Amino acid sequence: MKSLATQRRKPVAALVLVVLVLSLIGALYAAVGSATKVQAVDAPNSAEQIALGEKLFVQSCSSCHGIGGVGTDEAPSLVGAGEASADFQLSTGRMPLTAEQAQAQERTPVFSDEEIMAISKYVGSLGAGPSNPTASQLEYENADLALGGELFRTNCSQCHNFAGEGGALSNGKYAPNIRNASPLQIWQAMITGPENMPVFSDQTMSDSDKQAIIKFVNHLDNEPSFGGWDGGSLGPVSEGLTVFLLVIGLLIGAAVWIGAKVR
Amino acid sequence: MSNAIGNFASGLDDRLTIASWSRRNIRKVFPEHWSFMFGEMALYAFITVLLSGIYLTLFFKPSMTEVLYDGSYVPLKGVHMSEAYASTLDISFDVRGGLLLRQIHHWAALLFVAAMSVHLVRVFVTGAFRKPREINWMIGLGLLMMGFLAGFSGYSLPDDLLSGTGLRIAEGIMLSIPVIGTYLSFFLFDGEFPGDEFISRLYGIHILLIPGVILALITAHLLIVWYQKHTQYPGKGKTNDNVVGYPVMPIYAAKAGGFFFVVFGVIVAIAGVITINPIWGYGPYMPDQITAGSQPDWYMGWLEGALRIMPNWETVAWGHTISWNVFIPAAVLMGIVFTLLGAYPWLERWATPGDQTKDHNLLDRPRNAPTRTALATGSLTFYFLMLIAGGNDIIASQLDMSINAITWVVRIGIFVIPPFVFWITRRICLSLQRKDRDLLLHGVETGTMMRLPHGEFEEVHAPLSEEAKAVILSKETIEPIPYPEKTDANGVKTPHYHLKKMQAAVSHWLYRDAVPLPSAAELEAAEHHILESAEKGAPVMHQMRQLEAEGGVMHDPSAAEADRAAGVTVPHLDAEFDQKAEDEKGQQAD
Repeated sequence: MKSLATQRRKPVAALVLVVLVLSLIGALYAAVGSATKVQAVDAPNSAEQIALGEKLFVQSCSSCHGIGGVGTDEAPSLVGAGEASADFQLSTGRMPLTAEQAQAQERTPVFSDEEIMAISKYVGSLGAGPSNPTASQLEYENADLALGGELFRTNCSQCHNFAGEGGALSNGKYAPNIRNASPLQIWQAMITGPENMPVFSDQTMSDSDKQAIIKFVNHLDNEPSFGGWDGGSLGPVSEGLTVFLLVIGLLIGAAVWIGAKVR
Repeated sequence: MSNAIGNFASGLDDRLTIASWSRRNIRKVFPEHWSFMFGEMALYAFITVLLSGIYLTLFFKPSMTEVLYDGSYVPLKGVHMSEAYASTLDISFDVRGGLLLRQIHHWAALLFVAAMSVHLVRVFVTGAFRKPREINWMIGLGLLMMGFLAGFSGYSLPDDLLSGTGLRIAEGIMLSIPVIGTYLSFFLFDGEFPGDEFISRLYGIHILLIPGVILALITAHLLIVWYQKHTQYPGKGKTNDNVVGYPVMPIYAAKAGGFFFVVFGVIVAIAGVITINPIWGYGPYMPDQITAGSQPDWYMGWLEGALRIMPNWETVAWGHTISWNVFIPAAVLMGIVFTLLGAYPWLERWATPGDQTKDHNLLDRPRNAPTRTALATGSLTFYFLMLIAGGNDIIASQLDMSINAITWVVRIGIFVIPPFVFWITRRICLSLQRKDRDLLLHGVETGTMMRLPHGEFEEVHAPLSEEAKAVILSKETIEPIPYPEKTDANGVKTPHYHLKKMQAAVSHWLYRDAVPLPSAAELEAAEHHILESAEKGAPVMHQMRQLEAEGGVMHDPSAAEADRAAGVTVPHLDAEFDQKAEDEKGQQAD
């Protein structure tokens, strides 16, 4: 203890303290953060929550979707859209819409986790629709990675690109980059088909297939880039640019250097 | 000892008799310029492709036999795939150095075609294809086409998703050829696409036939360059009948050898740090799969673009569909482009007046052939627009644009933008010619303003350096072929009148508007005038340089004041001005 008493006035003590406190906050945040996530999936339907959701819906959504989510000329009816759909749109920040564009843009969510859950429950209560998966449905760790890859290349890569980098659709619409999507978001997207995406319902794609795809997408982001920098995994276009801008550029530099007169 | 070596050497030469031949040839002179290195760059890239390719053949299995993958790449374990794809995975993950060699091979291949393309542009805009080098120009075009084929066949071999997609398009292009298309496709694929023969057939073509043809063409290309001697840029002492530069041994051989290592080093460095063609990500080829951003390698990108922007035109004739939407952009366009490229040297020669159809060993400066240079920039614009169309989905998704908008911009742009670029390039070239003429007549503007004792301001003009003058004077004044008369004085019809009229029209299109060089008399007068100006300015320039060396500023009044106060003078200048002032005073007094 005596040593601590002598050490604590040294300049390095402050640094150690800051690191310790930051780690503690980080650990707490990680623990609390993951806890809320599980809660969001498993929380029971409560009348209170739905009432809060309705209130928020009237405030922020009904101007386009109508009171009671029946739809207007501006936006579709949400009756039967389901909890999963509302949760996906709100948690990825696509709704509320910032501006009318070819399609809704991803951004930081406007609502808090609790508010999103409340609105989702409310939309879910409007009519039967796809609901959020249970925690056990989202357990993808034991899924078949190779099967996931095959399913991904058959069903997803034509729009989202082989590495999940996304790609263009017609008239300014696009398939987004999905490398950072959470397992819950991937699941929700598959069962609700947001924007231009087709729906992969339970009848067309089993839970284990969905888990395999989630495992593959998750793997895409964690796999090291084996050949070096991946150039955005965009295929031959970025490779061609590299050849002209970098390789030919460097070699012209070398040619000028070699051809330069000795002074 | 030295005697023994001497005996050995002379004994060898008695039998091979190459001493005089090599003595002459190792002293052969090559001119030097950085833009002459593109051909070499292509050659060294090809050597790199060849060497890395040999290593890959040791491990690649050109077979479409279906296997279950059991290598180190976990996400594909247990997936059905062709042996070709499995062995490419093995090269990437289980063969020592395999991935690096694969990437070297692919980067070097891209560079090979890229360097050839830039070389082609350089040869075109400097007129290096003119007589006597038309044949070598055509051999070069053959090399470029072989480069396309080599690249495309190599792109197709690994049998990954991208390979298969490319082959499917190639099959579609074959099918679009009227009458023979289906037969051709069935012949090549041994039945319906994809069949199980194609990879092994393509392999032989990729590693034997195409490299063999390329090597033969390269040999011919280089021998002709050696025999005809390299062209050179105009300059002091450089004429149509000499070559100014360095001898092969030791200088040029060292430079060229060094450049090989630079090219090889850059390729290996890029291959070591940047992924190319991550076939493990694409997965094995399955006809029902596709990935967004499926593109060919860059050199096929313009044809891909043409395919993408082509309207969907088809005609049904006697129960057969003719797919203009594929046939025109993919087959006809390529044919037209290469035919025009091959025909250009002969066309230009045909439309050039007789006295200019001699051998050309001195290169044109691009500005001195405005129409040709404008053709180059216009064609390049067309090419880049096609490339943009070929990458329209990547551009759309990366830059948040509408793919439809890009397609329409290019659809209209390919008819509007290249002519505009052609026109503006021609104007720029002619303006540069005018600038050259001004330089000859008025010298170089030094930017130094001189105030004469009576208050007049004048800019000091310096004479042009001998080198610059030689470069500008290298321009050949070419009068276009005159339009023919329909009948001669005796009323006899001119033979081939319409052909001759066309020839004259093309000739005017190529050579009209050229800014003539000043005549000899004008040049002499100009020289006198420039020298006078320079002489008048010399003391001022001298004073300025002296002041600069001392850290002073000439137009700084306070510095001048300080100088005067300190008694600093520039003696000869002050003396000259004092003299002038006195003279003037004297005149006034008179």
